[in-house]
Amino acid sequence: MKKHWYDYLWVLSLTYLVLGFFNILFAWLGLLCFFIPLLMSIFGGEKGYCNRYCGRGQLFALVGGRFGLSRRRDVPGWLRSKAFRYGFLVFFLVMFLQMLWTTYLVFAGAQELRQVVTLLWTFRLPWHWAYPGGVTPWVAQFAFGFYSVMLTSTVLGFVTMVLFKPRSWCVYCPMGTMTQLVCKARDRMGREK
Amino acid sequence: MEKTKRAARRAFVDGGACVACGCCVKVCPLGAIAVARGIAAQVDMGRCVGCGKCARECPASVIEIREVTA
Repeated sequence: MKKHWYDYLWVLSLTYLVLGFFNILFAWLGLLCFFIPLLMSIFGGEKGYCNRYCGRGQLFALVGGRFGLSRRRDVPGWLRSKAFRYGFLVFFLVMFLQMLWTTYLVFAGAQELRQVVTLLWTFRLPWHWAYPGGVTPWVAQFAFGFYSVMLTSTVLGFVTMVLFKPRSWCVYCPMGTMTQLVCKARDRMGREK
Repeated sequence: MEKTKRAARRAFVDGGACVACGCCVKVCPLGAIAVARGIAAQVDMGRCVGCGKCARECPASVIEIREVTA
């Protein structure tokens, strides 16, 4: 099958994770993975980002599929149920808001900058070497928080990649669930007009 | 020798459970499947030959290969 330029976007996803290990401020670039799919679904009414441009999905497909690191089993029923998918989306959004709140506290001077990456919303990993300084503390705090979100979702994605099919993450990816909801709402509104 | 005719097969998507990730679209050698309006994958029955690549790839396992009567 013919390869397109966007079939290599997994390189960017991998580079993003590596860069965050050396300089946390690169984490801000991850916002693109939030805004592009949302804008594509809101204005285009399609899941073009998931379907073509998601570098993370491509990375799972490559490692789990071509490198054979996936057991290639079906995901359990509960994982693909609407209750879990929507529940995970809500949980993810709450955690995201909590990260924004922490950023605000640092911005307001009520809390000191914490140079840690929180993995799986629980484990605080020291990450001080990746902060070069030179920016306002809240900018760095957001970077640490956002990188935590990105690293956590990547780790979860790799775990389900190994246990089930390579792109099992796509089943419960909060961005995928959210953009599908946007597309459904847009389609419903279009039909009601 | 008499040839045994195999029943035609086609892919069927459980649209309600599809997550519209598009993994199936990437592996279909005939371009017979597409994600319609970002909601769910849809199969073009005229093109599909029921090879099963999409069903194997689907992370949500919502594609089934069934025999169809011509």
